[in-house]
This record gives sequence, structure tokens and C-alpha cells, in this order.
Amino acid sequence: MADRAQPLSAWPGRTAAIGVAVLILGTLCAVALRAEAGRGLGPSDWAALRFTVLQATISAVLSVALAVPVARALARRRFPGRRILIALLGAPFILPVIVAILGLLQIFGRSGWVSQVFLSLGLPPLQIYGLHGVVLAHVFFNLPLATRLILQSWQEIPAEQFRLAAQLNLGASAMFRLIEWPVLRHSCPGALAVVFAICLTSFAVALTLGGGPRATTIELAIFQAFRFDYDLGRAALLSGVQLILTAGAALLALRLSRGGGIGTGLDRSLKRWDSHHISAKLADVAWIMLAALFLLMPLSAITLSGVAGLLSLPDAVLSATLISMAVALASTAILLALALPMAAAVALGRGAMIEMSGILGLAASPLVIGTGLFIVLRPVADPFAWALPVTALVNAVMALPFALRILVPQARAVVTRYSRLSLSLDMTGWQFTTIVLLPRMRAQISFAAGLAAALSMGDLGVIALFADPDIATLPLQIYRLMGAYRMQDAAAAALLLLILSMGLFWLLDRGGRHHAET
Amino acid sequence: MKHLIFAAGLLGATSAFADTPELTVYTYDSFVSDWGPGPQVEAAFEATCGCDLKLVGVEDGAALLARVRLEGANTDADIVLGLDTNLVTAARDTGLFVPHAVEANFTLPVDWADDTFVPYDWGYFAFVHNADAAAPANFKALADSNTKIVIQDPRSSTPGLGLLMWIKAAYGDEASMIWDALSDNVVTVTKGWSEAYGLFLEGEADMVLSYTTSPAYHLIAEEDASKAAAPFEEGHYMQVEVAAKLASTNESDLADQFLNFMVTDAFQSIIPTTNWMYPAVTPASGLPEGFETLITPEKSLLLSPEDAAAVRDAALDEWLTALSR
Repeated sequence: MADRAQPLSAWPGRTAAIGVAVLILGTLCAVALRAEAGRGLGPSDWAALRFTVLQATISAVLSVALAVPVARALARRRFPGRRILIALLGAPFILPVIVAILGLLQIFGRSGWVSQVFLSLGLPPLQIYGLHGVVLAHVFFNLPLATRLILQSWQEIPAEQFRLAAQLNLGASAMFRLIEWPVLRHSCPGALAVVFAICLTSFAVALTLGGGPRATTIELAIFQAFRFDYDLGRAALLSGVQLILTAGAALLALRLSRGGGIGTGLDRSLKRWDSHHISAKLADVAWIMLAALFLLMPLSAITLSGVAGLLSLPDAVLSATLISMAVALASTAILLALALPMAAAVALGRGAMIEMSGILGLAASPLVIGTGLFIVLRPVADPFAWALPVTALVNAVMALPFALRILVPQARAVVTRYSRLSLSLDMTGWQFTTIVLLPRMRAQISFAAGLAAALSMGDLGVIALFADPDIATLPLQIYRLMGAYRMQDAAAAALLLLILSMGLFWLLDRGGRHHAET
Repeated sequence: MKHLIFAAGLLGATSAFADTPELTVYTYDSFVSDWGPGPQVEAAFEATCGCDLKLVGVEDGAALLARVRLEGANTDADIVLGLDTNLVTAARDTGLFVPHAVEANFTLPVDWADDTFVPYDWGYFAFVHNADAAAPANFKALADSNTKIVIQDPRSSTPGLGLLMWIKAAYGDEASMIWDALSDNVVTVTKGWSEAYGLFLEGEADMVLSYTTSPAYHLIAEEDASKAAAPFEEGHYMQVEVAAKLASTNESDLADQFLNFMVTDAFQSIIPTTNWMYPAVTPASGLPEGFETLITPEKSLLLSPEDAAAVRDAALDEWLTALSR
């Protein structure tokens, strides 16, 4: 296969993948090399490891299991507000952690909306704190993401297959077995791995919703090693464990999703004939309503808290907003420069190592990357002068796994379908990229760009480690406002962040809208 | 030609800038924020020093110390401002700091004598609650009650570690019993102060671990008298925040000048309504109006830096054991 003629070269993708791996592993090594003799991993670290794997596994399985019916319902129904709902699916994911926690607890907390309803019915308030609380929060963050990833692959099923299925009058189970299952088998393992990796690095959410030190995760142990014990060796060791777990999950996912493609079609618009049954309709409506309610309630709580102060935000918040937008756009550009060649290289069939390096960004502890970069940069440059470029770069690397999940399937489909034709026309390299590949990936590129921009807007990232008082991003200002008791202003700034991130996401994602229906 | 003149002007400006000595102070992030003391302190000091004061914010006290250790002897910092007594021993052991020459009449409720670390503000940890609700009078009463509290994790938060020391200072060997009894009062544990305080304001808990000065913020900045701190009979543990000069500084005189400035009225009068702590030297103008409404604990608890460092790990184990059940 390696010798087959290809319309593209894989080396830019490989170079990008090596760059990412060097960044992540290099920073880890930089931290490890600074370590003095530490105490290694203790029993409490192993307990943290067990809890982390447990909660991440449950959260990933549940997020993806729930995402399948929601994505199916969204794939085969058209209703007013569908696009807005799909865009809002991105929202929980991009909120700064602290804002999301407060929003979630306004709904599910001891005095939250749900508990109020329970109390008025004479029931005890909802007990949210515990493993189930951690899982609930993680599902809140990741169900939307998983839904979008699966929804997208659903929409890559060629319309001809549905047409054929309708002609053959396939029943629901045959439909699932022959058409939907092969797609799910391709998309679910990747989604599972991504969600697992995200939950693996959870810290503040797991601790707060978990109700205390029972819910200590590896990331908290890393934080403790850095800050409480100043044991850099242990921090690097724990971070290595995180990387190995994620790499393991990614390998498993790659293995599970291997297999034949889903066939190709003529880029026709999608129409479904199988969804007219009343039971199918009811089920779809119920899934959409439930998912929307679950996702929109905390977002409404955040909106309600913030709306009062929105017009009287301090100037410092507004200047931070501009900085955040600039960082987000730079980060998006870096992301595309990394992700597109990597996706193309994977599509050419030299994927495993590239996909692996792509997913590492999720597993790397931001604290370790930030500290490592700091150690590496300091001898050669003023780290504070590099605060924004470094933040943009790290945000891009963190968004890379999502971008690859979004880009790879379509890149693979395009390469499979058009490479022979292109080669016969002697259309290779840049020509193939600009005339064949990129136009057909417009929807996916737009989605990936939108997600990257929104993620970068909301992520505190490494800016806190490099902070200069004059350069603050919006998430950092939100933390500062809260630290100065100004919860009202912080809530308003959080709402502003939410609106702007969604706006950026909407704008970028729209670029590809008229091509695909996602 | 215009460009040349512009370029010359720029060059001139940069060299003028370079002639001004620069003093770099590493501190925690909330100090440098637009709502913290930083901007006012910078203006006040620059008005007298003929220098450029560069404040650099690094998350919190623990992160600050980690940063200085990471940078070691070639750190850019001349001064570190924002460690507390729980970090002082570790900071001293790095050997990166040098003694100061500051003389001041500190108005701390405890004696303070340290040749290296100069206090600039202090506060009492306390549980803050809604003023219209009754609050327990001590830890045992709290443990026996149904009162729900939200606290911070000592591994990631200064107040969280403060509570550990508070109970250790008040109860010594009985501390683990107190934690066992308190465990069912703890709604949850948060990463930092902000999350905990936010949860309390949203009504998730009856009380939150904060400072006796917290109600002053609501009273002075929001004209809201609805928050109060609960006085505890065991006494209240103190947080004393300190600054120190680094041995590696190139601006030794300027650093001394800053530490001296730090205990003058110009600096101290900024602290109460920006950092919401007590000034280490009460300014001649007194405390701002509203501070007189705050509780004044009868007993001040504070472990010496050495004792705090010595009991820290054991106290953390007790806490983890009690709350992990």
C-alpha cells in the first residue's frame, strides 16, 4: 500500500505530527529533567489513577451511548431551530470550567432548579455530589461533542444508500444493521477515545461535583505534586501515566474502527424515507427534547445570571475580549495548518502514528505543557513576551484531536474516491489539494475551525502560567473578577464569552453550511 | 525623512526607558488584576521611586513559590510578594531570599519577627454565612449541626490549607476527630476560593470558608449588609501575607526601597478595599468605614512557619482520611 501512487505526499502531515509529539513529549521531558529526587508514586496516586479511569470510562461510555440516539434523531428530523440547537451543542464544551460548574449546580445543586421542583413535591433535594455528579457533569460537557461527531459521520452516509434501503423497504432493524451500524462502528470508537481522554484530565469539575477528595483525579495529583510538594518528578511521572492511558485508548479505538468504508455516493442531498413511523417520530422527538433540556437548562442559568451585568462590564473585560478573539483566530489558523496535512496523511493510509500524536494533545496536562514550555523558552526568550503566541499554539494542539476526528473521515472518503481519477488526469499535489480535496471538505474544515476558535476563546490554557498584568484573556479576567468577589461581573463576562464563542463558532461553521446539513 | 524622525524618536524613547531602573515584583494574580491593589500600588510607588515597577501575576501563593523555585538563582524577580506563613519555611529553605532591613510598627494581633519575610497584610479565616441565619459558635457545634459548608481543597488552595492549620492549631491531636465529625457537613470541596464562594452565593451551602473581612466587601462595595462571619470560640487562624527580597536581584537598593514603601501608609491604605485584608501597619487614617462592623476574634491562632511546615503533611493525611470515607 505504501508504494501505491498517491495524488498527495504525506510528509507535511508527518512533519506536523512529529512537531506536535515533540511539543508534548518534549515539555514532559523538560519537566522531568528538572526534577530532584522525589518520592515516586504513592498509594494516594494509585487511588487517584483508579478513580480517574473509572469516572472517565463511565463518562465516555454514557456520553457516546446517549449521543447515538440523539444524533440519529437530529440526522433524520428537520425542524425549526434545528441549526441553532446543533450550534448550541458546542456551547457546554467551550465554557470556562468554573462557569460551567456554577451553571450546572444552579440546575442540579442542593438548591438548584431540579431540587426546587423536588422540594415543592415534598421530596428531598437532589443529591448531586458523588461519582454520579462527576459523570453527569462530564456527560454535560461531552454528550454534545459526541453527538456532533456522530451526527457528522451519519451525514456522510451517501443518500443513495437510503434511497436503496427505501426501495428494498428495509425495516428498522435491517436499516440499523446494514447502514447505520457500519457508520457507528467507524465513528463511535473515536468519539469514545476523545471523551475518555477529556475526562482523564478533569480536575476542578471532578473534585467539586465528586464532593471531596474521594474524587481526586490524576490531574489533581499532578497539581499537588507541582504546587503542594514541588515534586516535579512525580508530576512528570503522573503526566506520563495520563499520556499512556490516552494512547492506549486511542490505539484501541483505532483498532475497533478499522474496516471497510461506507461506500460512496454522488454528493446528493440527503433524504430519508425510513422515519415516517409514528414510534420512530416519537422516539426522535423525545431524544431531542431531553438532550435539549439537559443542555440548555445550565446554559439558561448562566444566561440569566449574566444578563443583568452585560451592559455595564468593566473596560478591562472588553480589552481582554479583543485579546481573546485575536488568540482564538491565531489558534484556529495554527490548528488548520497542523490538522489539514495530518488528516490528509491519515487519509493516504499512513495513519496510526499520526492519529496517535494527534490525540496526545488531549491527554497532556496543561500544567505540564505550560511549565515545560516555560522551562524551554526561558533561557532563550522572555516567556511573558511569548504569552499569547504560546497560548494560541497550546490551544491549537488541544483542539487538534477534535479537528482530526472531524476531518479524517471525509479526507479518507475524498482520497478513496478521487485519487485514481486525479492521478489519471495527472492532478497531484497542490492542484489535487485545491481543486479536489479542500472544496469537498469545506463543511468539515469550517466545523473544525469553528470548534477550535470557540475552544480557544473559552480555555484558560497556559495564559495563567505566563500572565502579564497587561495582557489578559477573557477567561483569565473571569477568574480575576471572581477572585475579587465580583461574581456578578464575572457572570456577565462569562455570558459575553459564551455569546462571542458561539458567534465565532457560528460564523466559521457557516462557511460550509450550504454544502452539508450539519 | 518623516520615517527617520519617527524612528529616531522611537529609539530615543526606548533608551530613555532603558535608563529607568526596573523593579520586578512577582505576586499572585489577584494582586495584579484591575480590581486588586496592583494598579494603585504601581502608581504610588512609581510616583516616588523614579523607576518602573513591573508587577507579574502568577496564579496564587503556591504557584508563586513554585515559579521562583523553577527559575532559581537566575530569576527575573527582585521581590516576591504574596507568600503566607504556610509557604515561608519552604521559601526560606530555597536559600533564594535575603534578609530585609525594614523597621515598622506592625499592627498584627501576634508578634512578628522575621529577618527575611516582611508582612504586608493579614486576615482571619472564618466561615461566612447569611446574616439572617444562625451560625454555630465553634467547630464541635458545627459538626453536631445540620449546617452545610463548602470548603477548599488544601492541596490546591490557600484558604483550604488555612482551615487544616486552623483545626490543627485549635485541636492538636484531636484534629482528626473534628474532621471525622465535620465530614457530613461538607457539601463539597473546591479547587479554589472562587468556586467555593460562588457556590455559597448560589445557595449550595449555609457557610463558606473565607475571611472575616469578606462581609466588608459586600458592605462597602455593594452596600449589602446581608453577609456575616461566624465568630468561633476556639479562636481564628490567621493568614499573614509576606514579601521578601531575592538574593539574585540587580536592584538591591530599589528592592529595599520597595519593601520600606510597602509598610508605609501609601501602600497600606490601598490594601483594605482592594485585597480585602487588614493592613499590616494600620495607616494613620485608620481602617475604611465599614471595617468596624467586622467581628474581632478573641483569640488569634497562628502556627509558626516551622510548625506549620512540620504538621502539614500529617494534617493533610488526616483530612484526606476523614473526607474520603
